[in-house]
Amino acid sequence: MKKHAGLTALFEKELADHLLGKRFVLILVLIWATCFASLYGATSGMREAGVSDYPFLQLYTTGGSSIPSFMSFIALLGPFVGLALGFDAVNGERSSGTLNRLMAQPIYRDSIIIGKFLAGTAVIAIMVFTMGILIGTCGTLRTGFAPQPEEVMRIFVFLFFTVVYIAFWLGLSILFSVLCRHTATSALAVIALWIFFAIFMSLVANIVANAVYPVNNDYYVIVNSLKNYSLNLNLNRISPYYLYCEAVSTVMDPSIRAVNAVTMNQMVGAITGYLSFGQSLLLVWPHLTGLIALTLAAFAASYVCFMRQEIRSN
Amino acid sequence: MDNTEQIIITTQGLTKRYGEKCAVNGLDLSIRKGEIFGLLGPNGAGKTTTILMLLGLTEPSEGTASICGIDCTRDPVSVKRIVGYMPDNVGFYSDLTGRENLRFTGRLNGLSGKELDERVDSLLDRVGMTDAADQKASTYSKGMRQRLGIADVLMKDPQIIIMDEPTLGIDPEGMRELLILMRKLSKEDGRTLLISSHQLYQIQQICDRVGIFVSGSLIACGEISELGKQIQQETHYSLELETTPSDIELLNEIVKQPGVEHVSKEGKQFIIESVADLRENLTAFLGSRGYKILHLHQRGGDLDEIYRLYFERAEQQDEKTRGPHGSL
Repeated sequence: MKKHAGLTALFEKELADHLLGKRFVLILVLIWATCFASLYGATSGMREAGVSDYPFLQLYTTGGSSIPSFMSFIALLGPFVGLALGFDAVNGERSSGTLNRLMAQPIYRDSIIIGKFLAGTAVIAIMVFTMGILIGTCGTLRTGFAPQPEEVMRIFVFLFFTVVYIAFWLGLSILFSVLCRHTATSALAVIALWIFFAIFMSLVANIVANAVYPVNNDYYVIVNSLKNYSLNLNLNRISPYYLYCEAVSTVMDPSIRAVNAVTMNQMVGAITGYLSFGQSLLLVWPHLTGLIALTLAAFAASYVCFMRQEIRSN
Repeated sequence: MDNTEQIIITTQGLTKRYGEKCAVNGLDLSIRKGEIFGLLGPNGAGKTTTILMLLGLTEPSEGTASICGIDCTRDPVSVKRIVGYMPDNVGFYSDLTGRENLRFTGRLNGLSGKELDERVDSLLDRVGMTDAADQKASTYSKGMRQRLGIADVLMKDPQIIIMDEPTLGIDPEGMRELLILMRKLSKEDGRTLLISSHQLYQIQQICDRVGIFVSGSLIACGEISELGKQIQQETHYSLELETTPSDIELLNEIVKQPGVEHVSKEGKQFIIESVADLRENLTAFLGSRGYKILHLHQRGGDLDEIYRLYFERAEQQDEKTRGPHGSL
């Protein structure tokens, strides 16, 4: 018998389940609507604000007519996709009584959770890349801008970041599906985290930074400003939402030269210009490492919990 | 015992504790190849835990279990290759059809191509599900799910089949078919069956041997008739008798018979308790006096009573051991 027969069968079954399920159609409709709304926003925004030297990237990064850009849409809605694909991964099977039947088959126990994670990630990758390429194509047709090779590379890096970011939310929702008995509980837990990271994390970071390095009088402003800003930034970076936003806006905008606070001293003698693709990538390398680490940590936690859990269905 | 009856499942001192609670306590069990073994006990007696340990799905706190010489804890994948397990409340993927569910199980067991299709078809036919095979599993009734569950277990062509409460919630006709199927699996295919249940009547019909499980311990194990004899020797014989005519005179006559300890009347029946088997003497005696026997039944012969007696005894012992602690 082939060594990975079980894993392959599981992977294929999960993939088919996702692609044929009603839930996937729902996500797809939502994402398509976002896609076209943001493309409309981008073209009208570009008409008003004018075009930069990298017009093709602007299709992804500009908003307009009070419609957010594609990038910020994805940062906000990405977690929802991961959540929808993973929140009932394990406890759904447990409550329908298929988990112990599955466990009684001659497969390694970890194949189950690895298969689920890989299938989910595959679906995410297919969806994200299709979407990204679709936006580019429609944008080209509508605006007439042809992409430069550098822009294409930047867009692929952006899409790769997006896959990792959504895979993190998938891993997190699988973790909660292992920990919680009911699918509704696990879904709510992930939604709570999503809202916390997307909305409240920046408030918390702000409060903590102001408490540690107050800036409420002139003296403090001189002494603490830099420290306050750095602490605020670093606390925000704990949130995968912020990490992702910062990374992709750096990659997608060659005019961003630094991600941390820059002093006047450091700026002396700098020549204004765009960063090359390699240099932009270097700026966000830590972000990528951080995001992948977060994803793996979420998956590893669910893996360990799943391996140690009792199978009993009641 | 002849040589063909080799031991296929053994456990030695198998113990599982959940915190303070001891779910299974020092279980020593051996099951022979080709027999149907019934694991009996009330809910929460540790039957399912034992089964999970045999499959390597739960780690025992102490002791070992092995199937065909393979350690169930160390090498669960090899064990699961030869053991089919049907859990209680067996579930299927509701979005898939019965056939697709079976195909998936087959693929998990490394089957593919023509072999897979042929096996799925033959098993669907065997459990009588061919007509419903292409319906979604969510539309199946409990009895159909159970039958599909058996087909699912047979996908891997297992030597040993473990079923957890297979008879629960099935109508009488479905039950009859299920029992016939289970007997065929054992007698025609030569598979070993381990069935856990608390439905004694069904178990009695098909099991070769039974083990009675009370609060984590095996308190009796053997053939049903052996267990019956054993319990009769330790307690008293109890005979139900109904005759025509039925009068007080007869009652007085029976009390005088040798060995009779006590006679009482329950409805139309006399309950005669004695130290020896009275049936032969009594029928001869009644015949000579012109009484006609309408009903004669030695209590303790069927599983229901064996189970009740063992269960009562286990509870009494439990109280005895707990007694001194309780008074402290």
